[in-house]
Amino acid sequence: MTAPVASTAPPSSAASGSLLSKLEIDARMLGMLAALAVIWVGFDLLSGGIFLTPRNLWNLSVQTASVAIMATGMVLVIVTRNIDLSVGAILGVTGMIIGVVQVQWLPAYLGFEHWLTAPIAVLVAIAVGGLIGLFQGWLIAYLGIPSFIVTLGGLLVWRGAAWWVTTGQTIAPMDANFKALGGGVEGALGANATWIIAAAACGIIIVALGLSRRRRLSFGFPVRPGWADAVIAAFACGAVLGTAWIFNAYPLPARTARRWAEANGIAWPEGGLFISHGIALPVVIAVLVGLVMTFIATRRRFGRYVFAIGGNPEAAELSGINTRWTLMKVFGLMGLLCGISACISTARLNAATNAAGSLDELYVIASAVIGGTSLAGGIGTIAGAMLGALVMQSLQSGMVLLGVDTPLQNIVVGAVLVLAVWVDSLYRRRIK
Amino acid sequence: MSTNGTTPLVEMRNISIAFGGIKAVDGVSVDLRPGEVVGLLGHNGAGKSTLIKILSGAYRPDAGEIYVNGQHADIATPRDAKRYGIETIYQTLALADNIDAAGNIFLGREVLTPYGTLDDATMEAETRKVMARLNPHFRRFKEPVKALSGGQRQSVAIARAIYFNARVLIMDEPTAALGPAETQQVADLVLQLKKEGIGIFLISHDIHDVFGLADRVSVMKNGKLVGSASVQDVTQDEVLGMIILGKCPPGATPGPGAS
Repeated sequence: MTAPVASTAPPSSAASGSLLSKLEIDARMLGMLAALAVIWVGFDLLSGGIFLTPRNLWNLSVQTASVAIMATGMVLVIVTRNIDLSVGAILGVTGMIIGVVQVQWLPAYLGFEHWLTAPIAVLVAIAVGGLIGLFQGWLIAYLGIPSFIVTLGGLLVWRGAAWWVTTGQTIAPMDANFKALGGGVEGALGANATWIIAAAACGIIIVALGLSRRRRLSFGFPVRPGWADAVIAAFACGAVLGTAWIFNAYPLPARTARRWAEANGIAWPEGGLFISHGIALPVVIAVLVGLVMTFIATRRRFGRYVFAIGGNPEAAELSGINTRWTLMKVFGLMGLLCGISACISTARLNAATNAAGSLDELYVIASAVIGGTSLAGGIGTIAGAMLGALVMQSLQSGMVLLGVDTPLQNIVVGAVLVLAVWVDSLYRRRIK
Repeated sequence: MSTNGTTPLVEMRNISIAFGGIKAVDGVSVDLRPGEVVGLLGHNGAGKSTLIKILSGAYRPDAGEIYVNGQHADIATPRDAKRYGIETIYQTLALADNIDAAGNIFLGREVLTPYGTLDDATMEAETRKVMARLNPHFRRFKEPVKALSGGQRQSVAIARAIYFNARVLIMDEPTAALGPAETQQVADLVLQLKKEGIGIFLISHDIHDVFGLADRVSVMKNGKLVGSASVQDVTQDEVLGMIILGKCPPGATPGPGAS
């Protein structure tokens, strides 16, 4: 069973899409992957082969994590025909609060570098972000204030609050365990863990495909041909293993590797040691968030209601859905995800600054929209939005690699956003 | 008003509701017995749709009571109405266009697996069963209902209303958007449901539709009830007179809106 979104190939284009329709692959998603491939290869050629290196791709994955996490929540917000302009500001104020919590409050009770510091900081971030989101959701759903206004106000309020927490002072450094959440050397999981995660992911993909096939057969529904399922499984597993291989192909810098070897009692050989970064913790978190959000959006009643509200708010109401409470929860979830992203970006910067997350709202919204979320509501996928975040970040990092000036970067990103939405609207009109 | 002695399935007594000072429904009483089709007639804006939206839980009346099987019923939300077995097919169909047929039929009443996730396979299987009865040629189970034709969308809306063992069915302009063949299909369905003992409120502004199917008619004008009558006791012209002039003929029981 698929998500409650348009995912089947249209019958009119059956001739060109017959292979795709047999595979039941979303043509839109394939288009996005193609666009991403073009961007990557293009930057690689222009940069003289430094874009498609394990090092750059690893950095790209870490840089994408924070926005990708928030984009998963923005999908649900936009699907309900709302918008959240305050996500960057919520990230900012939450980041400041957990900075103060772990640098000024907790050490007074636990001492510095206590193992509980990082978990408490994360829980505080999730709670603060979630509560802010729920509060804004309440204003929107129960008081009927348009979400644009509530979150525009929220943008100013929470950005101001971020400054207020320490009257503008930057807080650093973060707790050592907490820093792992931001990636970097501390947050790289190493080669073995990466292969184990990749193998587990492949196992889950195969089992999930098999179970869904068996279930449909047991009801006598039409299923994909067996070879199609096999092709899909092979591609998905290939992508997972390939990604793991790339992450593992990026070694720690020699000096860090040497310190690591000494700390673990391994002799430092003449030619140096090749110690893999492996997948970074923020990327693992982002992937897990993506999976959980996809599960919520497609397998849970809440997700079904979110899409129903977006498709036809009146119909949702008449079906007996508690649309207000659902809407409030959507914004609560959005805030909670901002809390998670606040942990990642604060840890990555190793500092809490009141400017953290500035303009993130625009990148998050752009990611969701580039990823196929319709601003008219009712349509969008979590995976698409995360891919959209990767496209945005690829453009950004690619231009940094090429030494493009910042103002020109903004011009390009802005133009690409408009272009992407135009192409998407053309595509939708054609299949309609 | 009564045509026989049984307890009404539904009785709405002296219902009133106002929107911003305008009385959309003003002291209207109607009732419905098992296996009976009652046509609710009137011009656009006469208050028919508002009256049935009160019964389906979309609006709360300012005054008046609703009785289901002779018992006082408190209907505050669409969910309450459904609990009393009152199902509605809205004029707009009230379908979520971006969701497939099964998702719409079970919207708000999803079947869950033991793990609390949506049991889409079971819902699709049930949808295939109920759609086989209503529209045997229906095949597009996996597509959002936006992609369906008017008649197919109508069958999804009807399937949603009858799947959950409705005892009272409200059909608001069920044939307004349909072609002749599909209109006949709906008419056949009404007769079949009537045989099963379901009471049906048929809202329409087309009196030919209603005269063919209804046992009784109630006519509204400017939010008030002009009168009610068995279809045998009045002619179509007389009912037209009720709709247009608010004039109650001798064969009908006059209401407060009769001039």
